[in-house]
Amino acid sequence: MGRQTFAWFTQPPAVGDPRLSKAAGFLERNVVALAKTLDHAARADETARRRGLLQKLDPRAKCVGIFAWILAAAATSRLAVVGTIFALAVALAVLSAVPVRTSLGRVWTGVLVFTGSIALPALFLTPGAPVCRIPLLEWNVTAPGLLAATRLVGRAETTATLAALLVLTTPWTHLLKALRTLRVPKTAVVILGMTHRYLFLLLGLARDYFEARRSRQVGRLDNAQRRHAATATAGVLLGRSLALSDEVFMAMRARGFRGEVHLLQDARFRTRDGLALAAFVAVAALGLL
Amino acid sequence: MKEWRLLYELRDLTYRYPEVTALDSVTLDIAPGERIAVLGANGSGKSTLLRVLAGLSFPNVGSVRFDGTELTEDTLAGETFAFAFRRQVALIFQNPDVQLFNPTVFDEVAFGPLQLRWPRGEIVERVQLALRQMEIEHLKNRAPHRLSGGEKKRVSLASVLVLDPDVLLLDEPTAALDPQSQSQMIDFLAENHGAKTIITATHDLPVVGDIADRCVVFDAGRVAADGRPDAILHDEALLLRAHLLYRHRHRHASGVVHSHPHLPGPHRHD
Ligand SMILES: Nc1ncnc2c1ncn2[C@@H]1O[C@H](COP(=O)(O)OP(=O)(O)OP(=O)(O)O)[C@@H](O)[C@H]1O
Ligand SMILES: [Mg+2]
Repeated sequence: MGRQTFAWFTQPPAVGDPRLSKAAGFLERNVVALAKTLDHAARADETARRRGLLQKLDPRAKCVGIFAWILAAAATSRLAVVGTIFALAVALAVLSAVPVRTSLGRVWTGVLVFTGSIALPALFLTPGAPVCRIPLLEWNVTAPGLLAATRLVGRAETTATLAALLVLTTPWTHLLKALRTLRVPKTAVVILGMTHRYLFLLLGLARDYFEARRSRQVGRLDNAQRRHAATATAGVLLGRSLALSDEVFMAMRARGFRGEVHLLQDARFRTRDGLALAAFVAVAALGLL
Repeated sequence: MKEWRLLYELRDLTYRYPEVTALDSVTLDIAPGERIAVLGANGSGKSTLLRVLAGLSFPNVGSVRFDGTELTEDTLAGETFAFAFRRQVALIFQNPDVQLFNPTVFDEVAFGPLQLRWPRGEIVERVQLALRQMEIEHLKNRAPHRLSGGEKKRVSLASVLVLDPDVLLLDEPTAALDPQSQSQMIDFLAENHGAKTIITATHDLPVVGDIADRCVVFDAGRVAADGRPDAILHDEALLLRAHLLYRHRHRHASGVVHSHPHLPGPHRHD
């Protein structure tokens, strides 16, 4: 049912041929990509309910364990360590029935676009021996530049993958509760909870707006018009969702929410959770040696 | 001096958003068990009033008392009062989307009782009862944000009815419902719900007589009238002034244009 509701996201825009106006369609395609990612986030609770390795673990053990790996990946200067943790994370995803191509693939492209654009200048600007030359621009890619860029992107991809794994294999409310038992401050947990709700709102709004806009659009828009429409939509969406998030918080307070998360079933910390946690921490420690 | 205890006492209450004054020196008394319809055009301050009554927004000027206690950030920060108040007073938002934030309908309905730390066994029982009451048992494992508008409304109602509140604040409960769900909702509001106080914000004049014993008309943030539904609904001049009636032009086959007041919104046929 979810797939059907959001099917139009994945279809090409009804108006305008993307092949004809690549540059102008860029913004619109980005907004659509964002919407797809959000839709995906909306489905995280479905993967969280599947039977898999990580789903069986106590959320607290998972939080601490994955966080240890994130720390290791962020702190190490060795690419091999980052690469190993990345490979382990992908293996865990497979064992936890997390769809690697769709779920993680989306995270990977997203991170690549963002950090890639930050890392790109480093390729040329870091002083050092040139390894190759960009033909037309006559710019040199330096060896230290290449290393720095790879390290930046590799680290970002790995930490994002780990964070995605945690979110995709833990029902959201259980995750919040785990964070609270791990003494993460109430405010931070409330903000996280709100962000989650906020994403759903944004998704719903985005859908309504696109549908409304498409339904009123007749004929083909030129590039400038499409650019304008896409930016205008993004602006309106942001404004409206901010106003709504206020109301969401009110709605939570109205039903007695005071920053503490309460669940019907409290998780039990068993031996296997302890073992898994020890394994996580051991791998992280090895990486940092 | 007082003959009966008042539930709410609003005194010269003013609430301002940065650009507009949404409520302008409102003075209002509400007794326990009253069924009140808050009428008013778009932007007249109905939703803001309900938020104030729900202890979510606090007046800039003036005061609001609930059962003798003034509602302020401070009084609601105290755990004992906040628990008692949230348990007694429930608000259904105009936009159900803002109210539904749990992964499943079951979790959604269980959210309130869990926050108020009821015993777990009792929670499960009460949630099931509320789902049955709203005829949404079959939806219990669905994600609330993927339901239809009418289904969302039912879920939000179940999620507050589960607490068995004494005061129900409803913001446009019949908006976006199909005629059958609309009439079920009205029947629900019209049925005797014990001693519940029900305050409904609406522009749906034809249903007012069924759901309220008292009407408060708002116009630009001020109380324009307060009285029995039959008196208010027959005061054409008042309703026109408050933009609750409009002059509707019919062009008949003869080509003659009549101009006479009309009740906006669908009429109910029983
Ligand atoms: N979050 C907000 N920020 C700023 N102004 C607001 C906000 N919410 C409402 N207002 C303004 O306050 C006034 C009263 O709004 P309110 O929502 O209480 O009206 P209402 O009677 O519920 O209207 P409707 O019938 O359209 O729901 C309006 O002028 C509105 O523009
Ligand atoms: Mg309103």
